[in-house]
Amino acid sequence: MAEPTVTERGTRPAGGTTSHAPARRRVRFGGGARIGLLGALAAGAVALYLFHDLPERWQYPMDLRTRTVAAMLLVAVAVGVSTVLFQTITANRILTPGIMGFDAVFMAIQVFTVFALGPMVLLAAPPLVSWLVELVLMSGFVVALYWGLFLGRRLDLHVIVLAGLVLGTVFRSVTAFLQRLLDPDTFAIVQNLAFASFTSVDRTLLLPTALLVLAALASLWPIRRSLDVLSLGEAPAIGLGVEHRRVVMHVIVVVALMVGASTALVGPVMFFGLLVANVAYSVVGHRHSRALPAACLIGLIALVGGQWFLDRVLGFATELPVVIEFLGGVVFIVLVLTGRAR
Amino acid sequence: MIRTEALTKRHGEIVAVDDVTIELGDGLTAIIGPNGAGKSTLLCAIGRLIRADAGRVVVGGLDVATTRSRELAKRLAVLRQENHLPIRLSVQELVAFGRFPHGGTGRSPRDRTHIEGALDLLGLDEVRDRFLDELSGGQRQRAFVAMALAQDTDYLLLDEPLNNLDPRHAVELMRLLTGLAAERGLRIVVVLHDLNVAARYADDVVAMREGRVVAQGAVEQVITVEQLTDLYDTPAHVVEVEGRRVVLWQ
Repeated sequence: MAEPTVTERGTRPAGGTTSHAPARRRVRFGGGARIGLLGALAAGAVALYLFHDLPERWQYPMDLRTRTVAAMLLVAVAVGVSTVLFQTITANRILTPGIMGFDAVFMAIQVFTVFALGPMVLLAAPPLVSWLVELVLMSGFVVALYWGLFLGRRLDLHVIVLAGLVLGTVFRSVTAFLQRLLDPDTFAIVQNLAFASFTSVDRTLLLPTALLVLAALASLWPIRRSLDVLSLGEAPAIGLGVEHRRVVMHVIVVVALMVGASTALVGPVMFFGLLVANVAYSVVGHRHSRALPAACLIGLIALVGGQWFLDRVLGFATELPVVIEFLGGVVFIVLVLTGRAR
Repeated sequence: MIRTEALTKRHGEIVAVDDVTIELGDGLTAIIGPNGAGKSTLLCAIGRLIRADAGRVVVGGLDVATTRSRELAKRLAVLRQENHLPIRLSVQELVAFGRFPHGGTGRSPRDRTHIEGALDLLGLDEVRDRFLDELSGGQRQRAFVAMALAQDTDYLLLDEPLNNLDPRHAVELMRLLTGLAAERGLRIVVVLHDLNVAARYADDVVAMREGRVVAQGAVEQVITVEQLTDLYDTPAHVVEVEGRRVVLWQ
């Protein structure tokens, strides 16, 4: 990541009475400029992915690539925003909806549907209808489950981590168990769902996913100022007049919808959110007005840039999610070991 | 005026605050009592940081349970004992959060005045750009008090604000608080462990034990041998040094 660390030195915090002794390293400086830079990088990555190495008969590859980029953009926004928000309400830097098993719930419900109603469900129902039904079911379930976990009682981080890991494992095991009971044909169909894939998304889902993500983003607008206060922790936020329960509930719903939208579109990605959120914090700091767009842009750069690298440089050597999950896992371990995850 | 009516808060089997009905008046009120007496719970319940199981709290005519949190935050600032932040903030950024209830971003002239005033009062001018996790416990404590002051409220609730403070800063903070109470009419409620500090600076003392208020009144009425011996279950000595009450334990 091109992080302009050199330019910080000797600069003063923007907009303050700054007659004070040596300007310290400040994340506040140039946040806007950094987001601009990230935006330029993202645009560059998209252009590279779309136009580099385009064959003479470009229509079909172009169509395919556009679809992939669109899916990646949606996933980058959904995962970036949901992770940053989730970390805000849980006041930590290592938990993500993925690690807490949100997407495992989604997979379990999907597989259970196939198991209970047969594989024809996936093929017979119009994709949009099944998408909508799945999303409502899964989001409702996730909200109910985690609402019960987070609110109404005071749990410390370790309990939440444990609960999340256990629940995630439970849902993944249920999924694996049900898969074993399926006949081979159905299994093949289900197996396809279980791995994230950006290059084979259903075109008809792009527009509804985009609408959903946009609607979720728009719903955040009225509480945008409260989000920063929320990251101070529960008691200070209440003291400063944030309607804590209401705002946290709102955020959980938004997170569930976004994770659901992303999982329904491309499949589960576990550590990706962790990766983009933490890179975003270190580049622009914790203010949501900066961290949210930065997380989305970094996600887009990682996905599109990574896919380009794997496709055109390594020649389709491996699947992108494998690499992303590997890097995310490394970041996770580093965060735990350096004790920055509190 | 702060008034509680039959306020009760349970933690499972334990009754932390037991049917407390009190009125806290002007000036600086100190809440004293042994560990586990329910002092912090009472303070947090008044400051709506925790929900009471029964009874109600009225602060300046506003019912804490039904008033919008934002409106309340313009009238009442509350600071808990532990202030651990999950994110990295500079002193100035933290203090600027105090302007949130007023819809301030921390950048308007009015916000700036309050932020500068609070930084100045707590002597944090020199460390304003430092990150909180780089500061000493005392400086951090003062930064949180500065945030509460920047909130520009009529009521200020502090839970053991002298934690982590050395004698100099403890005395400075208590002087600041009594000054604010006298000059700006700020009504302050503090949970204090140091009885000598309570005896020196409080206008009104509330003694709590096992979730109940056992005594309330001026220093002369509450900081007495009988009250303290009974309150702490330990023989106390109260002597007068230069006209002030000083508590010694046997």
